[in-house]
Amino acid sequence: MFGAGPADAAQASPSSRVTLTINGERRTITVDNRTSLLDLLREHLGLTGSKKGCNAGACGACTVLVDGRRVNSCLTLAVRLDGAEVTTIEGLAKGERLHPLQQAFIDHDAFQCGYCTSGQIMSGVGCIDEGHTGSPEEIREFMSGNICRCGAYVNIVRAVEQAAHGK
Amino acid sequence: MSPQPQAAVGAPLSRVDGRLKVTGQAKYAADHDIDGVVHAVVVDSSIARGRITGIDTRDAEAQRGVLGVISHLDKPRLTYRQNQVSNAFPGERLHVFQDDTVRFFGQPVAVVVATTLEAAEHAASLVKVSYDAEESATDLTRGPAQDGPPPFARPYARGNAEEALGSADVRLDLAYRLSRNHHNPMETHATIARWDGDKLTVWDKTQWVIGTQNELAAVFGIPLENVRVLSPFIGGAFGSALRAWPHVTIAALAAREIGRPVKLALTRRQMYFTVGYRPAYEYKLRLGSTRRGRLTAMTHDFKYETSRYEQFWEANLALGQMLYAVPNVSQNPQIVPLDVSTPLWMRGPGYGSSAFVIETAMDELAYKLGIDPIELRLRNEPGEDPSTQQPFSTRRLRECFRVGARAFGWRRRDPRPRSTRDGDWLIGTGVATGCYDVFRGQAQAHARLDADGTAVVQSATHDTGTGTYTSMTQVAADALGLTVRNVTFRLGDSAMPPAPAQGASQTMLSVGSAVQDTCDMLREQAIKLAVEDERSPLHGVDPDDVVVRGGRLHVKGDPARGETYRQLLARNNRTYLEARGSYTPEEESRFSMYGYAAMFAEVAVDARLGLVRVRRMLGVYDAGRIISPKLAESQAVGGMVGGIGAALLEHTVTDHRDGRIVNANLADYLVPVNADIPDLKAVYLDGEDYKAAPIGVKSLGELVQIGVAPAIANAVFHATGRRVRELPITAEALL
Amino acid sequence: MHPFSYTRAANTRQALDAGRAGGRYIAGGTTLVDLMRETVERPRTIVDISALPLREIMVTRRGGLRIGALVRMSEAAAHRGVRALYPVISQALELSASAQLRNMATIGGNIMQRTRCTYFRDVTAACNKREPGSGCAALHGVNRTHAILGTSDDCVATHPSDAAVAFTALEATVHLLGPDGERTVPFADFLLRPGSTPNREQALRKGELITSVEIPALPRPLQSGYLKVRDRQSYEFALTSAAVALHIRGGVIHEAKVAAGGVGTVPWKLPAVERELIGQRPSNVLWTKAAERAADGARPLRHNRFKVELLNGPSSANCAS
Repeated sequence: MFGAGPADAAQASPSSRVTLTINGERRTITVDNRTSLLDLLREHLGLTGSKKGCNAGACGACTVLVDGRRVNSCLTLAVRLDGAEVTTIEGLAKGERLHPLQQAFIDHDAFQCGYCTSGQIMSGVGCIDEGHTGSPEEIREFMSGNICRCGAYVNIVRAVEQAAHGK
Repeated sequence: MSPQPQAAVGAPLSRVDGRLKVTGQAKYAADHDIDGVVHAVVVDSSIARGRITGIDTRDAEAQRGVLGVISHLDKPRLTYRQNQVSNAFPGERLHVFQDDTVRFFGQPVAVVVATTLEAAEHAASLVKVSYDAEESATDLTRGPAQDGPPPFARPYARGNAEEALGSADVRLDLAYRLSRNHHNPMETHATIARWDGDKLTVWDKTQWVIGTQNELAAVFGIPLENVRVLSPFIGGAFGSALRAWPHVTIAALAAREIGRPVKLALTRRQMYFTVGYRPAYEYKLRLGSTRRGRLTAMTHDFKYETSRYEQFWEANLALGQMLYAVPNVSQNPQIVPLDVSTPLWMRGPGYGSSAFVIETAMDELAYKLGIDPIELRLRNEPGEDPSTQQPFSTRRLRECFRVGARAFGWRRRDPRPRSTRDGDWLIGTGVATGCYDVFRGQAQAHARLDADGTAVVQSATHDTGTGTYTSMTQVAADALGLTVRNVTFRLGDSAMPPAPAQGASQTMLSVGSAVQDTCDMLREQAIKLAVEDERSPLHGVDPDDVVVRGGRLHVKGDPARGETYRQLLARNNRTYLEARGSYTPEEESRFSMYGYAAMFAEVAVDARLGLVRVRRMLGVYDAGRIISPKLAESQAVGGMVGGIGAALLEHTVTDHRDGRIVNANLADYLVPVNADIPDLKAVYLDGEDYKAAPIGVKSLGELVQIGVAPAIANAVFHATGRRVRELPITAEALL
Repeated sequence: MHPFSYTRAANTRQALDAGRAGGRYIAGGTTLVDLMRETVERPRTIVDISALPLREIMVTRRGGLRIGALVRMSEAAAHRGVRALYPVISQALELSASAQLRNMATIGGNIMQRTRCTYFRDVTAACNKREPGSGCAALHGVNRTHAILGTSDDCVATHPSDAAVAFTALEATVHLLGPDGERTVPFADFLLRPGSTPNREQALRKGELITSVEIPALPRPLQSGYLKVRDRQSYEFALTSAAVALHIRGGVIHEAKVAAGGVGTVPWKLPAVERELIGQRPSNVLWTKAAERAADGARPLRHNRFKVELLNGPSSANCAS
């Protein structure tokens, strides 16, 4: 069952060229139109910090910022991002200096296995920017798009509070 | 030997791997960058029982980038030797692509390999499989039970339960239904496999690198030393990665057949097909009691699901035998083989299911007798293990309840159901006992102290998020007299000294004791070197009088007299010292060893909408010595979240017409989200249990989830007066 | 995911041309990409309309609202005019999906959402909506989350949108632009009941674009709210929901707009409940009495009978007060 026909007879998928900025670095890439931003990051650019938990927008592990807004990168087609600015977990720290929310996650032990953590932190950055940190209840609701199976929610809320209010 | 000062153990340290995790640098199975890797996608069966009559791969293979499609039609050669070092169950494990039989819905029937993930996914959707489907049976309530008991279980009896029930002052006869649950770690199972000649390396999500190494050697018929399994980070597992499932074999097979390294990550949907689950139960419990609340009899008749090819078992008998002082007990466990895949232990396996039944029944009995539920439990506290007559190593359940009742405000409770309201919400509180075994396994470790005064300690153990990296570093740091910063703990490599699977809460005890032993040996070696070295300030000192602190050896009580590891090694021209130690539990313990918990829950119920919301929870634990308090608290709180899911949300739903799992995704299989979780509190009783382990720990990771669901169910009863004997408790049951 | 070609429409004309040629519009993409990955959707051409000028929210002269089709859910929810005039819309939006999805999904796409019926999403199952004539696996299958109103023997799938329930209650209209020009369709006529053609979900002509959703002005003061009942507290589709808007003057309900979600094959307007409320003074007795009419005509299935009880509970009307 190996050795499909000659390559030129094979059915190819349309691709496109896009220029986008990822973590401050401008890149021009040819992508298969089907490639999600998540797969672009993970499989093509070696940025494996963003995680695939469901590939369907139902868990939040793939959360990144696109033009400053938190989105599910698994449901974002890379081909649509021409001119966009993408920030992933790898682009959050300033050199050795962690983003305050990254530090807060460590301080509050806001994770266990760490798999949802990149998405939680990127989502938390979005949540803080949006101003949805008025109370623990508001943080809980606006952080509910990020599932943590280890159950670190209580500490995630504390970490977001700390980063939002310097508590 | 002088006891080492304990600076790291017991300190609330942050995770040593925290920085890697918050910067996205921790490498999980699918994250490893392996040169030349190609992508594999599994094709699943869309029937639950029958035969494959044809597989048409032409469209798939016509896609650019597709390197091959493999199925049983290719007769791939796999040896499938017996493997004793495995968490397989009696029966025979599923052999991939070896015949045309379909045994469950979602069984792997082919795999597509392509140069890109996009091409592999698309091609997999183009593989056309035709079947000769037979009627399948997947419903536990309808399937006939297998003759004879499940493996490693037998009907149990002490006293005469029937007679005692007949003469009991009070009797309860209760029937329960517990749903199937899936582990659903956030990381989907993934494997990268690479062959170098006849040597196989896999980067895998596994809770048992040694087990996966053995399984791959057995499946491929190659020597054990030709297989290396790496699993440095695990994105949660909760039991699902305790055995090497078919996709691990498929990845390695595809890599062999295609001649390239292959990455295979299951989809979330596939996570419901082949990586185990907590089985559904039907459970009948009868209780007999005196009017004063002394239990006289308990009978357990239950059955649970398993596959037709393996007989799953889990520890669902222990609690019924040892939790309370019941003179007359009978247990009759049964399994029901169905056209489903094999279950696998999920957090608190067996104990969680039986605790729900026993602990909600105790609550019913408390109400029937008009005795406080805590008091009822205390009246049935055994003085020794009622099943073995062994003394308990430690059993501080009484204290758990006393501390918990005070902290939770249990006394203020009006025990009458529906007695407390807050607006539209009915408020209720409930309590339950948690209890889990102290499992212990053989483990080894290796430690090396370098001339720069830093140490590397390693063992082929795992960190599923439990904190192994951190807690082992703490144990090693104190044993070596180093600061945490100067100790690195490594794990997750089958080439390291062997360790048991990371399951049944045995890692801290077993690997921790091995690390302690290893580091003690290494420290003593250094001390010996010093006291025998004429040039050392410690020359001639009794080795038992030397302690090490901050990398400096000195006379106990005379800190001025000593020298550092660095000085010692440099002077002796040693680039390093090393030691290999181990832990082996005694064959037969004289003690009955368990961890205990008192779980408290407060819920609010909107009876008109059938909504249950947990308002607060408190767990108080007797888990022995706590090595890493900050992480232990996270574990406990996480266990509560898992228990809240089991109590109120989680339910794998099968369409029994064709065995299809209909909620095989995270939008329909509901696990708790942030908004479901209020403030949760965990308290560990100070103490240690040196009868259980040289380092004084018992077990923790399972224990913290065991009593959660029954505490919530009992709170729901208190709030509403409605007794729900099913899990999960959803709107239908409360309207 | 099946291969597809991709074009970006720079303006409305380009979009309509591409649409007329059979292209599939994509805005937020949260439903379409998800279903393409499941191979439920297999468009050959995708037309990206995100550059079109349909991002405005306008308060109309008479105090109604016009929400551009490409306004994101999060933007609409946070918009001061929406919050002030129609809290029911803000609430319905903020109780939908997750913050991330609301940052991606648009108002137009939200009402175009396809059902969450598990059999629809599983290409190996029978589904008349996905594959006309293949049967409805849900009818006698697992149907806890399915519809009890507006169903047919061919389909019992619910419409998943929360915002559409608010729009239905408020008697919104949908503005469309097609090759033949503009037209306006009442919301009640825009989403179609399954009947014998469950594959036809909206009253859209080939190549037509949604340009905006308009909410008519309602007499003030208006109290409105959205109640959503679900198993978990967030990030889940509704088991049952209710959108209610009441104009109360002098202690008497003069105007009542009520619709239910999670129970119908389309968002379900409840005229019988509205009639019970109009002319009455708000009270718990009234809520209870009105809600008894909410499940009129319901045809429960094996696993979703409890939805009748949820609908008949007094809460649907209560949420406005």
